[in-house]
Amino acid sequence: MDSVHALNVIGGFETDIRWHRDTDLTGYDLIVIPGGFSYGDHLRAGAIARFAPALRAVSEADARGTRILGICNGFQILLEAGLLPGAMLRNSSLQFRHQWVNLRVDANATPFTTECAPGKILRMPIAHGEGNYFARPETIARLKGDGRIVFTYSDLEGRATPGANPNGSLANIAAITNERGNVMGMMPHPERCSEAILGGQDGALIWRSLAA
Amino acid sequence: MNSVAEDCVTDEALRAVALNRFEYHRILERLGRQPNDLELAMFGSLWSEHCGYKHSRALLRRFPTESAALLVRAGEENAGAVDIGGGLAVVFKIESHNHPSAVEPFEGAATGVGGIIRDIFTMGARPIALFDSLRFGPLDDPRNRYLANGIVGGVGSYGNCVGIPTVGGEVVVEDCYAGNPLVNAMCVGLLRHDGLIRAEAVGESNPIILVGADTGRDGIQGATFASVEDPENSARGVVQVGNPFLEKLLIEACLEALATGAIVGLQDLGAAGLTSSLVEAAARSGAGIRIDVDKVSRRATQMTPYEVMLSESQERMIAVAQKGRENEIVAIFDKWGLHSDVIGAVTSDGHITVSEAGHPVAHIPIDQINDPPEYRLAVEFPGYLADVNDLDLSAIPEPADIAETFLTLLASPNIASKECVYRTYDQTVGSNTVAGPGADAAVLRIKGTNRAIALSTDGNGRSCYLNPRAGGAMAVAEAARNVVCAGARPVAITNCLNFGSPDNPDVYYQLAEVIDGIAEACSALAIPVTGGNVSLYNEADGVQIFPTPVIGMLGVIDDLDLRVGIAFANAGDLIAVIGGVHGLLDGSEYLKVLHSAIKGRPEIDLSRELAVQATCASAIQAGVLASAHDISNGGLAVALAESCFAGDIGAAVEPGSVSSRSDELWFGESPSRILVSLSEKNLPEARAVALSQGADLNVIGRVGGDQIVLSDDAAISLEIARDRWTTGLAAALSGKPAKQ
Repeated sequence: MDSVHALNVIGGFETDIRWHRDTDLTGYDLIVIPGGFSYGDHLRAGAIARFAPALRAVSEADARGTRILGICNGFQILLEAGLLPGAMLRNSSLQFRHQWVNLRVDANATPFTTECAPGKILRMPIAHGEGNYFARPETIARLKGDGRIVFTYSDLEGRATPGANPNGSLANIAAITNERGNVMGMMPHPERCSEAILGGQDGALIWRSLAA
Repeated sequence: MNSVAEDCVTDEALRAVALNRFEYHRILERLGRQPNDLELAMFGSLWSEHCGYKHSRALLRRFPTESAALLVRAGEENAGAVDIGGGLAVVFKIESHNHPSAVEPFEGAATGVGGIIRDIFTMGARPIALFDSLRFGPLDDPRNRYLANGIVGGVGSYGNCVGIPTVGGEVVVEDCYAGNPLVNAMCVGLLRHDGLIRAEAVGESNPIILVGADTGRDGIQGATFASVEDPENSARGVVQVGNPFLEKLLIEACLEALATGAIVGLQDLGAAGLTSSLVEAAARSGAGIRIDVDKVSRRATQMTPYEVMLSESQERMIAVAQKGRENEIVAIFDKWGLHSDVIGAVTSDGHITVSEAGHPVAHIPIDQINDPPEYRLAVEFPGYLADVNDLDLSAIPEPADIAETFLTLLASPNIASKECVYRTYDQTVGSNTVAGPGADAAVLRIKGTNRAIALSTDGNGRSCYLNPRAGGAMAVAEAARNVVCAGARPVAITNCLNFGSPDNPDVYYQLAEVIDGIAEACSALAIPVTGGNVSLYNEADGVQIFPTPVIGMLGVIDDLDLRVGIAFANAGDLIAVIGGVHGLLDGSEYLKVLHSAIKGRPEIDLSRELAVQATCASAIQAGVLASAHDISNGGLAVALAESCFAGDIGAAVEPGSVSSRSDELWFGESPSRILVSLSEKNLPEARAVALSQGADLNVIGRVGGDQIVLSDDAAISLEIARDRWTTGLAAALSGKPAKQ
């Protein structure tokens, strides 16, 4: 509901909420898989949700090139479903963490980040227990080489230091895209920081990019 | 009059259901026959202290409960409902889960959160916020650390998964909570006035649907367990295990089902399971209820009617549907993947009738079982008070080094930042959190309006121990002051009364006095009590906890633009105190931490409190304040530091000679004081407001720099002070000695 609010109020989108058993997601310009605790995170975050009928429809939409955004649990589901490479481990602290983090914009040639200047530092909240991004070294190297790392946890000067990494993610990765660039997964919550009254509006950049 | 049936029950059998012989005789009298085992256990559960409020009911009537803003009054429903304007209402309630958490901290705390959430959506409200007031024994003891970390983990795990932000609460450490931690959870819900649903069983033949988890053998007699002393000696099997994802499905399914209009009553299952839910729902309407236990889906085989009726399996609700429309409701539950059974129907005979295989196994008049005895004990002045009230300051040396004392206090668990706890809670899901943990009050915006609500939970067991009546009043006053500091007007409270054994005369005195103190403060501040919860028998190894009322305060912000936080905002702003700079050391953190003394007699002047709050509220409404922060634990110096940390800027103050003692000046904790900052040009208007409301306003310094300067007594770098404050609690919880 938070994402619907942000999409409607900030992005100016018309949105439908679709049920996990729905099998047809044709006719949409954008599919957002929001945060949450699908199936209570039993087994592993996103591990059960990836078998939902709607995920087959999401894969079909990906094949058609539809833009797909996964936030937090949505990112975890996209990883489990194989729409993005890599996996999420438990946070290195072994604790759920809610905090505001600084993100360096590394890629703005994606439909999700056209409004974000490269190198700019954004402030957004994270809220997860399993956001420790992991992938093989060759995958990380390819993500870097292809410019598919979109946001990197950093300090205010844009340095990806261990101290700026809230969960132990490899290369301080906070968001990535797929090869074609139509699918993005991000752990921070742009829908929770899209209005000044909520303490920050950097999240609005994502909705404005998508609406552009 | 009924003839009295023969007394033929052993002491042991009565103890097992937490009834005494006097109560048993009353049951015989009322039934006019011998109850069977199931009936006796049903009486035992509903007449337990936990469900029946035997020792507190008479005292609770002293609370003021009238207000034009209340849509539902205390005691009428599962929680109070308060009109906040614009056709919207807030439902909120606080409840304890102390005894289960003492035995199994993670699940005990988690199911405490789950239980209070059900109390809120059962009224048709969408839960939008959680608060958790937690109290632990000294953290240098590994057992207390195990309890504390388990409880924090359980609170976070449930709230995070169910998708409700945890936006506030307390963490307090005190010797008296060793072995008997306190877990008080508050849930806040939002609804439209016309969405309010009653928890009553109305309409003869209307079907009763049980939905959610299957019924198991867990938690049988949890209510009676919570009504005996020393839970550690009780069985772990009485504690239930929570399933927050199932609860999330229940919330969505129930709110969707309510929207059809086919549900006439909705009730959650809590303590004493089906028995208390059904009896309470029927008692509200004056109807009867017929239940067929064979229809209840179970987790275990061969469960007896006794086990089914008293199971406290979590995540269950009963819905009373309009006859003929039950399939609509069941279809919605099916959609959400929830199992439901029609287990009985509403009757008009005023009895609860439980049947198994077509034969009645219990048949009890609702009005009899729902009317537990009420105990009024003699109130005797306790002997301990004379000793603890005797505070001789001449025996307390003033600190040689104010800076070092200040840093020691900043690192003490009760004053140190609670961030290491609340960063494990999701505080922003729902995208309504304007101010979260760390502020005086949490602020949640109401989408689609420029309105917000502000909430705070506050308790002060130490003050209540030293002066029960003033302590009760101080808890209300502080909670109100906290929402006022956020720019809200206080409108209603819920309360959780945590006490020791009422059979102990000192404890009963504390209970009566604290309740009077709460009532006095509520009357003086014109804030009604909407309901709450009483938890007695909080003791371990013969040690009674301090009398600990926790007040949950609801405030309304009519215009979100007129809101301030605790953070100093601008270099050069003036710093002032509303309500008088001078503080007293009675019951202070300073005396406890530096001198191991829990002494003195804290007092509160409610007319001064009212003037201070009115001054702060009017000044915020006039837009003349840049920040406002309640002065509480640690006194003026600590409040100053907290406003500096929040604003990431230093401050220098020089209050002058308001006290003969430096420790009183900096660390005294007298209530009714607010630390504010304001631009110099707004000072005349602020003074005018204070004058018209009858409160003192003293300018004591300026915002700016990177130090906290306390007159000539101390100048400490913001960095060092913040480091002590940030790491103090984390170090204590991890068992590693704090930095020196």
